[in-house]
Amino acid sequence: MRRAFETLRDKPWIWSFLAAGLVWIATVMVTGGASAGGLTHAALTFAAFTIIVGIGQMFVITLGPGNIDLSIPATMTLAGTLALKFMGVQDGLILPGLLVAIGVGLAIGIANYGLIKLLRIPPIIATLSSSFIIQSTAIWSNRGLRIRPPDSLGAFTTSSTLGIPNLALVALALTIVAWILLERSLYGRWICAIGQNMRAARLAGVPVDGVRLATYTLSAVLASICGYLLASFSGGAALNMGAEFLLMSIAVVVIGGTAVSGGFSNVPGIWGASLFMFLVVSMLNTYGLGAGFRLIMTGLIITCVIIVAGGRRSTAR
Amino acid sequence: MSWRPGPETLRVLIPALSLAVLLAAVFWLQPRAMSYTGLNLLFNLAVPIALATIAQMMIMTVNDLDLSMGTFVSFVACVTATFLQSDPVIGILILAGAIGVYALLGIVIYVRNLPSIVVTLGMSFVWGGLAVLILPSPGGSAPEWLRWLMTSRPPFVPMAIVASVLIALVAHFIVMQSAFGVVMRGVGGNQRSVERAGWSVLRVRAGAYALAGLFAVLAGMMLVGLTTAADANIALRYTLLSIAGVILGGGDFVGGRVSPIGAVIGALTLTLAGSFLSFLRISPDWQIGAQGAILIIVLAVRLLVQRQQQREARQ
Repeated sequence: MRRAFETLRDKPWIWSFLAAGLVWIATVMVTGGASAGGLTHAALTFAAFTIIVGIGQMFVITLGPGNIDLSIPATMTLAGTLALKFMGVQDGLILPGLLVAIGVGLAIGIANYGLIKLLRIPPIIATLSSSFIIQSTAIWSNRGLRIRPPDSLGAFTTSSTLGIPNLALVALALTIVAWILLERSLYGRWICAIGQNMRAARLAGVPVDGVRLATYTLSAVLASICGYLLASFSGGAALNMGAEFLLMSIAVVVIGGTAVSGGFSNVPGIWGASLFMFLVVSMLNTYGLGAGFRLIMTGLIITCVIIVAGGRRSTAR
Repeated sequence: MSWRPGPETLRVLIPALSLAVLLAAVFWLQPRAMSYTGLNLLFNLAVPIALATIAQMMIMTVNDLDLSMGTFVSFVACVTATFLQSDPVIGILILAGAIGVYALLGIVIYVRNLPSIVVTLGMSFVWGGLAVLILPSPGGSAPEWLRWLMTSRPPFVPMAIVASVLIALVAHFIVMQSAFGVVMRGVGGNQRSVERAGWSVLRVRAGAYALAGLFAVLAGMMLVGLTTAADANIALRYTLLSIAGVILGGGDFVGGRVSPIGAVIGALTLTLAGSFLSFLRISPDWQIGAQGAILIIVLAVRLLVQRQQQREARQ
């Protein structure tokens, strides 16, 4: 019993999966078990988007207090818009389109860290002001038109392989890469070292600037891949399509058991937390509660989880 | 020519200069703006933004950041346009309760050592949800007295200017002159030493958050006085505008170094920047982007000035 308890304490991500499981049962029970398959399928599909941006945000937050990427929603919108515009419904341009999205992410990530480094401003302000400019660029290039994705790309994002949504498989692949990067590579050790103590990391010979640059770029690239997929999935890029992902990306990192104060991250927790957040919303929907109530519950859950999980170690912000 | 402005003077001088330059540019582009009505129109919407900026500044003074400012002001606007108009007592109770929640947030963030960004981001959903529950679709109406206050025409100087000066002076008194303000800035500068000197950091932080709540409530009320109606998304831009206003006005992110007068000037500058861009016939697509660019430019200029000062100090 005690061992089981210690495992729970040492592996905070188990909580998010437990919570997701409970909410799933509570929702399925209301519908008398009829929706079990559909609900799971929808949860995996929609959670995939949150997982992809959540991983990027997790890498950034792991860098330590004050590190956060607020440009994720704008990056998603711009990458989705530009990629779809470039492809212009042609199936042959699907891969080059993905490269365009990734290129957008690379440019934004480098610009973000450039601002942080050159102007010596906190990441929150740097990514905030760059997100204004990115958003304006997206508005300008979008012009309110809804460009459809190439047919086979649209079909890929909305269908499944062996019963599992393709999007969830993409998210799984990205998660495995992220896990290897974080747990098995030097780069991952460096991120955690910087998050625990940047000064000590620098003295120990960690290339702090390079690692931080790579991390902000990684977050922006993941956001643009997510924007590319989301725009294809929903049949076109919309200007507000990234809006909800700002809070979501931070929420799943916090709920998933990553230390908000940095230095310790948790890849599996992102999955549990993303599934949990989606399932809560669909549970409230099943109970017939309106949009206002849903928002309040989402906010309260996030606030309560962060209060309980806490930031016991020192935090600057 | 021997007078050289110190860092504190420079903190207000740079934003004041940029406001003057921008104002001159607007007058040059549109000479008709140089009148009582013109000025009132230019700065009308700056009043609620200035109040929200002061609210954000209170939080930034204690080294935190409030990302729920926009949704909170929207929530207040919805309460003002409904409850405060029909049942003033209930309306006042709700708004007082909201200020209480802000004080509580200040306490929880300090006691549990939480990152304020995440907590306020979570709260922004709560305020947004409450606003949607109160006003599912745009509507409501402004209380008569608020409408009267915001449309009144004092002699010589437009209401918008009078209100901005008043806000700046009150905030300056609270933050720079009062005993509480000094301790509050002390918490931002060095929390531990304030604690050791025998002050209750808990009370100071709760007070700073409550003040922020109060100013944000005023922002929402004034906004409804101007627009006469509210909706749940009416002030979402205020989160970013308020942070930008504080920074433009010479405030720092950490260290309790803020300037209330500068913050109000920063809010006026941002409002004016919007009008300036539309006078230049720049498409509205680029308005948000221009605000981001202005923020980056101001930060870059400030860095250059600081470098110059350090160089001179070394010589």
